[in-house]
Amino acid sequence: MRCATPAPDRQTSTDEKLDRESVEWLRSLAGAGAPKEAAVARLHELLLKVARAEVNRRRFRLRLAGPELDDLAHQAAADSLMAITGKLDDFRGESRFTTWAYRFVILEVSMKIGRHFWRHPTVALGAEDWERLPDRFGLDPAGKAEWQDLIAALRRAVDDVLSDHQRRIFVAIVIAGVPVESLALELASNRNAIYKTMFDARRKIRAELAAKGYLDTPTATGRHG
Amino acid sequence: MTGWDALDRFLDVDPEDVGCEKAMALLHIYVELVRSDPEAATERYAGVEAHLRACGPCGEDFEGLLFAVSAEQRQRVV
Repeated sequence: MRCATPAPDRQTSTDEKLDRESVEWLRSLAGAGAPKEAAVARLHELLLKVARAEVNRRRFRLRLAGPELDDLAHQAAADSLMAITGKLDDFRGESRFTTWAYRFVILEVSMKIGRHFWRHPTVALGAEDWERLPDRFGLDPAGKAEWQDLIAALRRAVDDVLSDHQRRIFVAIVIAGVPVESLALELASNRNAIYKTMFDARRKIRAELAAKGYLDTPTATGRHG
Repeated sequence: MTGWDALDRFLDVDPEDVGCEKAMALLHIYVELVRSDPEAATERYAGVEAHLRACGPCGEDFEGLLFAVSAEQRQRVV
């Protein structure tokens, strides 16, 4: 077991900065027999509770109800439990153990919600309904005369300055409204890579719109560049 | 906020933004610091804050973890 026989200096160092409850979690989960089984069961109970609360918190944006929501929570709790027990060595005592563990289940819920999107997709990947763009930014139809030039310029910038990949990601997220997590799954990518692409796309579009006098000077080059 | 502001904000990029991977790796630490000392959280994790403001999915996960930890703490008090 990974934490059952850690390097002595690391165990001591981690224990010293941990609260008593976190130390107990680590010892129980890294142990064996009935105490370990009890700790795993207790942790699963906590993870399921957090997963249920999280899917409930997000339910208004999901087309899920009752048993499906609970099923998703159960799957997230089970998968996160497996990840946590397999990564006890990664816990460095920088937070309470339960806070560290809850992060796993929250991220599992996110990923499973993203996966669920493609079971009942509300849009097709690649759909380009630019008429929806003003609504996406909450632009008041009554002020159309003021913003229609900007929207047209934005569309030109998307066509002119973005790479094919950036354009595809931009259209999927901003125009079609595909959730980032769902898009990442569909493209066999990950949230970070999608975000980086969007980060660069936003910067390029802003620079183009600023150069054309539609927006203020672009911000400084970010780390994602 | 007007729609124009929303578009302006959407296109704005923060040089401090650390990206999803790092923000998620630090999320448990950041959440506890937000609860115990919000000013210190802002000072020490400006890049994480910048990212959570700009990235909807990561912001959602932050809210979820904060909610879970806060709920647990409330139960300890009761």
